[in-house]
Amino acid sequence: MFKATVAALTGALILGATVPALAKDKTIAVSWKTFQEERWKTDEAAIKAAVTAAGNKYVSTDAQGSAEKQAKDIEGLITQKVDVLIIVAYDSDAILPSIKAARDAGVKTMAYDVQFEDPSALYITFDNIGVGRLMAKEVQKVKPAGNYAFIKGDKGDPNATFLFKGIMEVLGDAIKAGKIKNSCETFTDGWKPDNAQKNMEQCLTSTGNKIDAVVSENDGMASGVVAALKAQGMDGSVAVSGQDGDLAAINRVALGTQTVSIWKDARQLGKKAGELANMIADGTAIDKLPGVTKFNLGKKGVEMNSILLEPTTITKDTLNLAIDAGHISKEKACAGVKAGTVKACG
Amino acid sequence: MTQSPETRSDPALVQEGMITRFLRATEIDTRLLGMIGALVLIWVGFQIAGDLRNGNGVFLTPRNLWILLVQTASIAVMTTGMVMIIVMRHIDLSVGSLLAFVAVVMGYSQVYILGPWLGVGHPAIWIISVIIGLCTGALIGAFHGYLISYAGIPSFIVTLGGLIVWRGAAWAVIRGETVAPMDERFELMGGGPFYSSIGATATWIIGILICVLILLGIRSGRSARSKFRFPQRPIWAEAFLVAMGFALTIGTVLLVNSYYFPPKLAADYAALHNIPIPEGGLLISRGFAIPVLIAAVVGLGMTFIATRTQFGRYIYAIGGNPEAAELAGVNTRKITLLMFTLMGVLAAVSACISSARLNAASNALGLFDELYVIAATVIGGTSLAGGVGTIYGAMLGALVMQSLQSGMTLLNFDSAYKDMAVGSVLVFAVWLDQIYRRRAN
Repeated sequence: MFKATVAALTGALILGATVPALAKDKTIAVSWKTFQEERWKTDEAAIKAAVTAAGNKYVSTDAQGSAEKQAKDIEGLITQKVDVLIIVAYDSDAILPSIKAARDAGVKTMAYDVQFEDPSALYITFDNIGVGRLMAKEVQKVKPAGNYAFIKGDKGDPNATFLFKGIMEVLGDAIKAGKIKNSCETFTDGWKPDNAQKNMEQCLTSTGNKIDAVVSENDGMASGVVAALKAQGMDGSVAVSGQDGDLAAINRVALGTQTVSIWKDARQLGKKAGELANMIADGTAIDKLPGVTKFNLGKKGVEMNSILLEPTTITKDTLNLAIDAGHISKEKACAGVKAGTVKACG
Repeated sequence: MTQSPETRSDPALVQEGMITRFLRATEIDTRLLGMIGALVLIWVGFQIAGDLRNGNGVFLTPRNLWILLVQTASIAVMTTGMVMIIVMRHIDLSVGSLLAFVAVVMGYSQVYILGPWLGVGHPAIWIISVIIGLCTGALIGAFHGYLISYAGIPSFIVTLGGLIVWRGAAWAVIRGETVAPMDERFELMGGGPFYSSIGATATWIIGILICVLILLGIRSGRSARSKFRFPQRPIWAEAFLVAMGFALTIGTVLLVNSYYFPPKLAADYAALHNIPIPEGGLLISRGFAIPVLIAAVVGLGMTFIATRTQFGRYIYAIGGNPEAAELAGVNTRKITLLMFTLMGVLAAVSACISSARLNAASNALGLFDELYVIAATVIGGTSLAGGVGTIYGAMLGALVMQSLQSGMTLLNFDSAYKDMAVGSVLVFAVWLDQIYRRRAN
């Protein structure tokens, strides 16, 4: 019910966003931090499509993984008098002087996926603490009580702790009430799947296989967890979480060896950012954008206007979302799945 | 004519203490004894710590020790080559990245080429992809070796470059995606699924074979010594060595045979083969895991290469004094090229084990493995100055490191403390080794 409401709301927002895009010939620029990682190509295609659909012009620069190059890029874009500047910051502190220059020149800025703390900019990203909450919720749905193992990410990555915060928000009460027992809890060096596998093996050994659910903070580590469970014949009967929408993980969800993968769809984020940029170019004030909230959980605690997107929950029942979005082919998602066990696979 | 009296007629020896005399007679490497002693201490220590902390320690259970061996296999295979590289006064920093690249190439070939071509589950898929993997490893290793020996670039630089290049290449092959699942037969090399351990009977057969080999080895050793008129070990020392070898072998067989399959897997097996399940559950022994057997065979093979072949002797000669070896007519360039090729093959073998174990190939596989491999090699008594090092020592070093990590995970230590402990042990082990060497001289 909750999910349906969210979907309906998101749909309404997207529709609402496309309608008022009337003005044409505005220029929306994106300063990318690097194109070395494949995902940014996906983001770019989505932003570009949204921008050009509204009749606006799309320009972009690639900082090639250098903070200095990015500063020069932005200087150039300001000189070109772009209307809105979307920035994927390579260094969220080094970028601040450039943001100030843009503000002084009257160019509106957006922090895309990577936060930089400037109160005049709009921050758009997926709700990262929400990812932890979502994965815990799905696991708890399957195993409301029992022994839980927590396979956390790298101890040096603040995201590992962010995620755990979200997870504990959901499970904390059940743990206090004694319904859920925290049987093993461990960080995983480098988010490495093979380390996660070793940690899970040790957890199973020390508890004598008495584990009902594993909250793994991403899909790569979930692959190690599932391999360790398989060696004990427990794969499929233990609930396992993950995130990223890894193709292999979606296949595991279809096979039933992983319960859920929380998927942050770059297309969704890009499309939303493009549409918001159109609205800002048309003169909508940043704090009047639909769905805008205040966010102050950054390093320095600066309060920013932000749009936090709800990630997609991929379970056996919602597998079609990833297939329909073109993220994974049906053959890949359903490889090895017995006919009739998963709806999306037929 | 099998007895030669030298050892006992030397008057100086009579005055030696019991232990010294025992060590001299059995010719046991005291460093090896030290390592085994350390290992026993670590194991017993973790068992007691578990008893105190959780009420029941699980470290010294067959299950934990069995898993420990499987967890060590991949690193242990690579240490066997790293010993010889370091003995030759080189280093290979690229093994972890090479492992990832080979794993990804094998995963890619299984899922995207061989699977669609031969049909998923075809029995030839695993062997073709393993051959592809081993050839890839050999080619890259040979390329490194060429750059080092013929182009004259220091091995540190070549393999540091390799560390960065091959991890990037691994990403490029599959664009950062994780390839899974692997072929079902291929997966057996990882020790996870049912048929990836060989069962009680085959384990006994291997155990008995090893015992026979020990007897044969001792006998051929004696006849070789008498042929070259070397002093013999006293009979009691030979008997002691045989007894120790038998005890260790049979003990290991009993250990791995007393780790049983969990009830669900045993029940699946019983249902498949129409075996009635007796009261109290069906106990099916796992026996030796395939990855552990692979590591053991690699260890034996590499020991043979290091100690019994010209190639191996040349490596130690080069490590002892490169100029002298060169002047004595050793083709050091060719040997270097071959050694790095061999290292590439070993990294590929480890890639098979690791990716089969995880049942997935990703570019994150083997991250930091080069550091663990070098650390295990050094803990195992290999001198970074070159010329000194043994393969069994390095493999034991790998076991020591994995024991520390597993033991601390069982006790729920934070990974920060694990890292601190492992790093300290590395430095401590080398310090002990230095003291030992100074005394021995």
